[in-house]
Amino acid sequence: MNFLPPGKYFADGNFALTEGAIHAGCRFFAGYPITPSSEVLERMSIRLPEIGGHFIEMEDEIASMAAILGASNGGSKSMTATSGPGFSLMQENIGLGVITETPTVVLDEMRGGPSTGIPTRVGQGDVMQTRWGSHGDLAPITYAPNSVQESFDLEIEAFNAAETYRQPVIVASDQVVGHLTEILEVKNMEDYHIVQRETRKTRNGNEGVYDYSRDFTPMFAAGTGFRGNVDSLTHDERGYPSNESSVEKEMLEHLLNKVRKNEDKIVKYEEFLVEDSKLVVVAYGITSRSVKRAVKEARKEGLKVGMFRPITLWPFPEKRIRQLAEQSKEFIVPEINYGQYSHSVREYSQTETKEMHFPPGAVPDYRVILKEIERCLK
Amino acid sequence: MIKEPKISENQREIWREPVNFGRFAVPKGEIHIFPERCKECNYCTNYCPNQVLERSPEVNVYGYHPVRVREDKKDSCVACGMCQSICPDFAIFVKEVKIQ
Amino acid sequence: MTEVEYHPKHELIREERFPHVWCPGCGLGIELQCYLNALEKSGIPQNNHVLVSGIGCTARIPGYANLDTYHTTHGRGLPFATGMKIANPDLKVTVISGDGDLFNIGGNHFIHAARRNMDLLVICSNNFNYGMTGGQHGSTTPLTSKSASTPYGNIEPTFNLPYIASALGASYVARWTVMHPRQLTKSIRTAMDVKGFAFIEVLSPCPPNFGKFNGFKDGFEEMEFYRKSSVVQNDAKLEDISIDPFHGKDIVLGDFVNRKRASYITLEHELIDRIRGGGQ
Ligand SMILES: Cc1ncc(C[n+]2csc(CCOP(=O)(O)OP(=O)(O)O)c2C)c(N)n1
Ligand code: SF4
Ligand code: SF4
Ligand code: SF4
Ligand SMILES: [Mg+2]
Repeated sequence: MNFLPPGKYFADGNFALTEGAIHAGCRFFAGYPITPSSEVLERMSIRLPEIGGHFIEMEDEIASMAAILGASNGGSKSMTATSGPGFSLMQENIGLGVITETPTVVLDEMRGGPSTGIPTRVGQGDVMQTRWGSHGDLAPITYAPNSVQESFDLEIEAFNAAETYRQPVIVASDQVVGHLTEILEVKNMEDYHIVQRETRKTRNGNEGVYDYSRDFTPMFAAGTGFRGNVDSLTHDERGYPSNESSVEKEMLEHLLNKVRKNEDKIVKYEEFLVEDSKLVVVAYGITSRSVKRAVKEARKEGLKVGMFRPITLWPFPEKRIRQLAEQSKEFIVPEINYGQYSHSVREYSQTETKEMHFPPGAVPDYRVILKEIERCLK
Repeated sequence: MIKEPKISENQREIWREPVNFGRFAVPKGEIHIFPERCKECNYCTNYCPNQVLERSPEVNVYGYHPVRVREDKKDSCVACGMCQSICPDFAIFVKEVKIQ
Repeated sequence: MTEVEYHPKHELIREERFPHVWCPGCGLGIELQCYLNALEKSGIPQNNHVLVSGIGCTARIPGYANLDTYHTTHGRGLPFATGMKIANPDLKVTVISGDGDLFNIGGNHFIHAARRNMDLLVICSNNFNYGMTGGQHGSTTPLTSKSASTPYGNIEPTFNLPYIASALGASYVARWTVMHPRQLTKSIRTAMDVKGFAFIEVLSPCPPNFGKFNGFKDGFEEMEFYRKSSVVQNDAKLEDISIDPFHGKDIVLGDFVNRKRASYITLEHELIDRIRGGGQ
């Protein structure tokens, strides 16, 4: 089987993430087993050899992250899958992907933390790590699916974003979405938009490895005669390292602006009954499904509440949150952590933002959220 | 402190392929130097089998005294290539000159 | 002296980047030249050669070679190269990095790349210390020698790199010094044809750090030290060749191992063919 044939499947999130990646053109996977993402690694070990792709189980997550960057520079679309502890180990090389402008996809299936935490149960404690995890300035792109269907669709989108913005893109799923089984509908291959990798082969005259005047320049694939230098050191457009603050400025602003300038194209969100709402609950990933139920129940009571669900955690859906802040006197942010994304909601909306803390290990109970909505609006 | 090594011997041991000298004319070499690259490590001056090279009194932009060919050894280079291969700085190379 | 524009290696180096960053008497430039000599003789097209490194003084070597070059993170050159080689097996991937990079922070990757018999050529320049950060000791610093972080002398035993590589099953194992450019070039040239994991340890002087801390006046004294304390013994018993030069032990050099063992890429391609069953 090359691609999962169109049709309806009863499947779990990890299956959908794997098949979505293969649809998107992923032909290289390197990983290290960790609950709850191991099923992705296992399914990749079956699927990739079938389609002439490459699977390798590395010695740890540092190696996995390095290997997928190497593979991407070697010409393959690549990805890895991990969870909290492994995601922590990957941070340095996520930065390597950013500075070298190497497209790849990192799946972080969030579980309880800190440290080993609750390996088998859900958490949402890595959302700020997907933002600030690697040292230095970066403009991350992070998708947070809340269903099996979205696991498939967003995995494709993550690969497309990685190719378009030439950087590692993170899919922050969680243990429940990964293990949840529900309907997955797969369309015909032609109905998906897949960004194909464009590469430069030979070099014309003084052509640089990078071009900081443009958001996108195709990368070169190793071995085709380009003879470029790809460097983890701050580098100029030729790819040569430099200690100059002016070069750092040029490079860094290019790295940040290629994402920041295109935020409108990248940002995705779902809204539920926000048109007339006086209160907006902001939730992502699995928590959004409890929130939706709570909002429905509250509406039955006549309470003007809605839900805003960032699908891209980063870039932050800043414009829309600001608009919502004009109509909503308050935001509530329930998360399976002790207050992370709420900080950004507060910062961007400049509006009263109530945090709701849920300990890792369970999906938030909608009744607790409902009570909070009632308390705010009654 | 290490004394001047017996240069011609160790040079042979390190670099030269064994050659039957009787059957060949000794080649001649023309030395080319990039003075601005030389960092004055003195590897070439020490390992040249014929002591063709020396430090010059001049100073390059980085403050080093680049090597030069000794006035009295202008014709002594045998194009063995030792200086070129032992130079860490790509600062010196030899071209073999055809002898009629 | 005639003014000339280019070095004979012009096509193989990024000449506009010279003079390079290394200290006077640093051996890394010689190592680069030996690699390029071998590359020229390899018969493998220049475009197919790729150089990958981690971080350190040695890891700056790729930046001066006119190839597709990748300067990655400290210790991670090997897994990066592993991914690249698997993704495109037509490449001739060489990892060139320091002793600290490959055996301290990256030691785990070395063990596994060698165990897999991954089709990579690995050149490790061993200057007995962390050159780039100012000469602190690592796992290759000789016993009792001094460094920026062993002011009273090193009490830790060293890794015996060829022995480790051989025990892990590497297809090719050698040790040379930059004082032996002809042998080193030949060794790299041979290793370029090896299927599987090829490992070459190259002893290289670091005059301002290891050299200075241990009483060598300059690079030349350190080079002479390597020359005088080394013996070539291709059939040496690898377990006996740990480096301990300050206690009267010779440094043993040679082309120690060259054997045929199924390589990762060969086995992976067999697996893919088997799974796809020719029914493609
Ligand atoms: C994760 C990380 N830790 C520490 C460093 C600092 N650092 C840079 S180079 C280096 C040591 C390099 O030593 P070696 O690999 O032996 O190379 P050499 O400079 O001696 O050639 C260290 C510790 C770093 N860059 N990254
Ligand atoms: S080529 Fe040989 S003989 Fe000539 S200068 Fe260089 S080292 Fe001396
Ligand atoms: S070996 Fe090179 S750098 Fe050293 S002194 Fe000679 S020319 Fe100068
Ligand atoms: S510190 Fe040592 S290894 Fe680094 S460039 Fe200087 S001599 Fe070479
Ligand atoms: Mg070192």
